[in-house]
Amino acid sequence: MNTALIMACLGIMAKGMVGIFIVILVIWGLVALLNKITSAKK
Amino acid sequence: MSFFYDLFGNVLNFTWQQGVMILIGCALIWCAIKREMEPTLLLPMGFGAILVNLPMVHTEAIETLFNAGIASELFPLLLFIGIGAMIDFGPLLSNPKMFLFGAAAQFGIFFTLVIAVALGFDLKDAASTAIIAAADGPTSIYVANYFQSTYQGAIMVAAYSYMALVPIIQPPIIKAITTKKERMIRMEYSAANVSKTTRILFPIFVTIIAGTVAPKSAELIGFLMFGNLIRECGVLENLSKSAQSELANLITILLGISVSFRMKAELFVTWQTLLILGLGLFGFVFDTVGGVLFAKFLNLFSKKKVNPMIGAAGISAFPMASRMVHKMGREEDPNNFLLMHAAGANVSGQIASVIAGGLIITLVEQML
Repeated sequence: MNTALIMACLGIMAKGMVGIFIVILVIWGLVALLNKITSAKK
Repeated sequence: MSFFYDLFGNVLNFTWQQGVMILIGCALIWCAIKREMEPTLLLPMGFGAILVNLPMVHTEAIETLFNAGIASELFPLLLFIGIGAMIDFGPLLSNPKMFLFGAAAQFGIFFTLVIAVALGFDLKDAASTAIIAAADGPTSIYVANYFQSTYQGAIMVAAYSYMALVPIIQPPIIKAITTKKERMIRMEYSAANVSKTTRILFPIFVTIIAGTVAPKSAELIGFLMFGNLIRECGVLENLSKSAQSELANLITILLGISVSFRMKAELFVTWQTLLILGLGLFGFVFDTVGGVLFAKFLNLFSKKKVNPMIGAAGISAFPMASRMVHKMGREEDPNNFLLMHAAGANVSGQIASVIAGGLIITLVEQML
């Protein structure tokens, strides 16, 4: 078992999940902002 | 005797591995017809598996299709235009909190990567196997092809079979990690009107953001969002209809039969194939666990409780996951309507799985 590679993959797991959450949070923020702006227009 | 040998001698060239593959092909066709499990893909794949495993068979045409459509990554991308045109992001846009569950339910992908490496797969094959947990056929094909995995056939069979098996795989896992009381949590749904501007700007913003963070999958998310923009722009109704039907149907037919090129016995009948099928299932399980536990975690802090089953709908298998969550909710409480929340989480999973695919390509490639 390649322990170093497994540890590196754990790093990928952490980076990947943080990455997805950051992207999703940014999209969420933008959608919330768009919803607010466009509903205010009405 | 020589007369019979000249006519039927090729029968003697059959190997037991080809026999196994023909049985697998028949099983896929049976699942497609009898069980209606992803028939549009499992049927062409099953038939292709039979065809490419005949002894001394010439498969130049299928190889040409494979190289033109899959090795070039064209088929999954074109299919995504159709899928994008089919998806209504309305339930998600009117309830953007559901975005979070799409992200949480990608946990299984990364966890499977770690386990696959621990089991001895090299990094490229481990990443290709892990992406089965995305529950997203085109993304699985894209990533497995990007890394030139030798197990593409097994990965594609696993990805599409498990998507169809969502109603069988997910309920016992959800029941094991939630209480009846949690499964009975009701969630209010107020159908907020989403403006046309938001619907049009959404695919453009998602492409810019996700494509910048994970440029390796920019095309994948871009084609998905392009399809959705065609749907939402309001001036391309004919193109939207064509993308949803003719384009998606044509690509699906060709995709299924092309994939079978990687289902030749010498590539498929190995112990690694069984391991890949097992790892794919493992990934699905941990996607579900990740989504449900994340919802339970949110409930520790929020006043308005979320039904934790919504977390399980965060996988990409659309609309199977959201329907299944809605059905489970109604089994516990016939007046509990979770469908719109679950649909929001489910389409979020569609976006998140593509982002996860891009991130796994980017992060793994940095290590190669």
